[in-house]
Amino acid sequence: MSRDLPVNLEINGAAVALEVPLTETLLATLRERLQLTGAKRGCNQGVCGACTVTLDGVAVRACLSLTLNCEGQKVATIEGVAADPLIEALQQAFVDGGALQCGFCTPGQLIAARALLSQNSDPSVEEVQQGLSGNLCRCTGYRKIIDAVLSAARSMRK
Amino acid sequence: MSDPVRAIGSSPPRLEAGDKAIGRAQYVDDIQRPGMLYAALLTSPHAHARILGYRLDAARAIAGVKAIVTGADLSGSRSGGIIKDESMVARGKVRYVGEIVAAVAASDPQTASRAATAIELDYEPLDAVLTIDEALAPGAPVLHEESASYVKAIQGGGHGNVVFETTVAEGDVERAFAQCDVIVENTWQTQAQHNAYLEPGGCVADVDASGRITLYASCQSVHHVQQRVAEELGEPMARIRAIAMRVGGGFGGKHASNIHSIAAWLARAARRPVKLVLSRMQDFEIQRSRHPARIWMKTGARRDGMILARDVRITLDGGAYADESPPVLAFALLMSRGPYRIANVRARGQAVYTNKLRAGSFRGFGNPQASFAGESQIDELASRLGINPVELRLANAMRPNDTAFGGQPVASCVLRECIARVRDAQREAPPLAPRNGRRRGVGFAVMSHISGLMGTAATVQLRTDGSIALSTGCVDIGQGSDTAMVQICADALSVPIERVSYAPQDSDASPYNWKTAGSRSTYMTGRAVAVASLEMRDRMLAHAADMMECAVVDLELRPGGVVGLKGVPKTVGFREIAMRSLFHSGGPIVVTHGFVFDGTGFDPKRASIHQLAFANLGVYTFGAQCVEVDVDEGTGQVEVRRAWCAHDVGRAINPVSCEGQIQGGFVQGMGYALVEAMKWNAEGWLITATLADYKVPGVLDCPPEIHPIILEDPDPTHPVGAKGIGEPSLVGAAPAIANAICNATGARLRTLPMTPERVLNAMDSRS
Repeated sequence: MSRDLPVNLEINGAAVALEVPLTETLLATLRERLQLTGAKRGCNQGVCGACTVTLDGVAVRACLSLTLNCEGQKVATIEGVAADPLIEALQQAFVDGGALQCGFCTPGQLIAARALLSQNSDPSVEEVQQGLSGNLCRCTGYRKIIDAVLSAARSMRK
Repeated sequence: MSDPVRAIGSSPPRLEAGDKAIGRAQYVDDIQRPGMLYAALLTSPHAHARILGYRLDAARAIAGVKAIVTGADLSGSRSGGIIKDESMVARGKVRYVGEIVAAVAASDPQTASRAATAIELDYEPLDAVLTIDEALAPGAPVLHEESASYVKAIQGGGHGNVVFETTVAEGDVERAFAQCDVIVENTWQTQAQHNAYLEPGGCVADVDASGRITLYASCQSVHHVQQRVAEELGEPMARIRAIAMRVGGGFGGKHASNIHSIAAWLARAARRPVKLVLSRMQDFEIQRSRHPARIWMKTGARRDGMILARDVRITLDGGAYADESPPVLAFALLMSRGPYRIANVRARGQAVYTNKLRAGSFRGFGNPQASFAGESQIDELASRLGINPVELRLANAMRPNDTAFGGQPVASCVLRECIARVRDAQREAPPLAPRNGRRRGVGFAVMSHISGLMGTAATVQLRTDGSIALSTGCVDIGQGSDTAMVQICADALSVPIERVSYAPQDSDASPYNWKTAGSRSTYMTGRAVAVASLEMRDRMLAHAADMMECAVVDLELRPGGVVGLKGVPKTVGFREIAMRSLFHSGGPIVVTHGFVFDGTGFDPKRASIHQLAFANLGVYTFGAQCVEVDVDEGTGQVEVRRAWCAHDVGRAINPVSCEGQIQGGFVQGMGYALVEAMKWNAEGWLITATLADYKVPGVLDCPPEIHPIILEDPDPTHPVGAKGIGEPSLVGAAPAIANAICNATGARLRTLPMTPERVLNAMDSRS
């Protein structure tokens, strides 16, 4: 068993000091250690995107990120971005537009969409598809997700 | 506040959408309980082997291990659905790679996993059968030698590796073929598709001081989980409680409960809560798939385009356990006529055991396989007849008051309108620019499906403040049934949906419901909700008549929870009625309505049916789909550019949710058509057990246009006319795409998925 090592993170705006094993993923730290269960474990190998969070603003898969590698970085999860107008616009657009069904992929989709819109406030359909290409959804067929992201982008530009 | 008058037909956001969007919706893996243990599984490395013994000492010696279960701990009869051939962990033999042979509960996941791998089994490997042909070969190794002793709810099959076999027939096929001018005949091959819901299967089992077990499950029915766990643990159902968590998709894959009992057993043994959540790889290896099928089909028509006869043989690869094979086979046969007026049809089928993962329920339930063959064959027939395939479909399409294959009358049928709507929509759409090196093709497919079967119930209660408590056993697995049920109730009582609460599903409290399956929730449970709500209205009106000293006929429900005297402003509120019922008239008003599907049933005078795995089904729905594809001449890559999907939903309770079902089902059908395939190697190992190896459509694969077209032809047996829309949208995709590829290139694909390699090969072998 590996020894626990210290790590300092900023999670959802709060400084967090932890001691974790070398092998612990950021997803395990968030879900099991900190009870931040909004990021989902869909495949645990970086394919489905349900665990997407941002590290210093960049969308990453928490299941492929080792917590110790995140030293000094800012982690944002779906729970922590609640007061952000961009995520609020996205959440509203997803809810109003029927862009979520079972909801299991939704936090990851929202975080990925937020990362996209914070870089590009007026994306084309193709750019939205590129921005969400790491996030699987098995329920919606994606059209309503794409439309919701475009609609949130429009409402933010107003 | 939502519009109280028009709750049905509006699309309020889903009740739970906000929680899902902020990450607060609770799924099984989000549960933490004090003292909770974690389960880990050991699975079989053999496709077929006898279990000679277990060595558990090393696992037991690991600190933190609290309970272990193996097949040696089980006694009594086997469990399962229609044929009781399974056990929660293997007993005596293993029959596929990945079958669970032992489970451990320990203080943390790592310890549990270490302990599971420390368990050793002695096996005597046996010859395995991995294909339909191997399973049916003379002298083939038999998976279930003791099949004759199994408890079975149906007969038919049980010899060799045959799980089940049956025939459905109408008319005289041989005589009709003799009158045909054109006959087409071919064989189709379909693959195993995985449900691939985003949330892997799992549950948490808790146990109280008396030993009573509560399961928090990702499931499609709490009543099914309760029954199956009680059966496998040998406990009365009163000692098992099942509660549904938010479910991260199911699509049929969580329809039968084959893992929940393990957590329950370990919790009972350890007297601690136990969490069992499958890894993605385990979910692929041990849950279930869509049945691979081989379909031979022959269809004959007169020169004028009238189809006279169809003969079908369907063989399903059922995997190692029967699961839903008998009903899937029976339903595939019933759907194999297609929604056409064909007087002479014979459909014969077999489902066989093979040493692979069980095949079972998956959106469409045998219909996608049968329709891939049938709708491809209609295009081939049209081509031989020199008739436009859309015209051939229109000429032979079922009409209102026709009968389904099996003899049930079909009162409501808008198939011809569905066909015309997609045809016109495609014709009127501005043409897409041609692309270099790509051939463009258009393809059509039609389908029917059902939405009525089995039993369900709903309870409506008037609260003391005049608000409404609604409860059903219908688990929302993502399709939006919670919201639809509340809309139906609110509409019947003319109250805003915010005035109706909806109870989570709990076997201790929820009225019975069979399952979230068979596209049945909005028709079956929705009908129970509507009838119970209307009776609640009548009971309230009776109170109001006493209170206002008038006749019930002089009263009307007014929007917002008020009963009024017609023509005058005088009213009483639901709150006053509730208080009166509570204090002056023997208690709160509670109405429960339950029923078992009560359609006309099969007609033995018309159809000869050897065996079906269900007594009755019906409430037919119809649809038509049209796709435009581009086929890359160099690579064989198929790209769906646009799709139009017209479906009859009876009455759209929530139009946005209906669209979601249509678009989502179509894209799953596209995955089935073009990319998804579970593959096993020669030793029976699943080699596509990750989402990297098993591809499902991603957002980049999504066609730029998927147009849902909703038709509303109300069903007369449902108070608000609703039918189901869960499954049909998937059914048409594969044949429509195959027909479009043929239209584009002249190449006819008869094997799924239609990979670039297969498309290129088919294009090469045209000449």
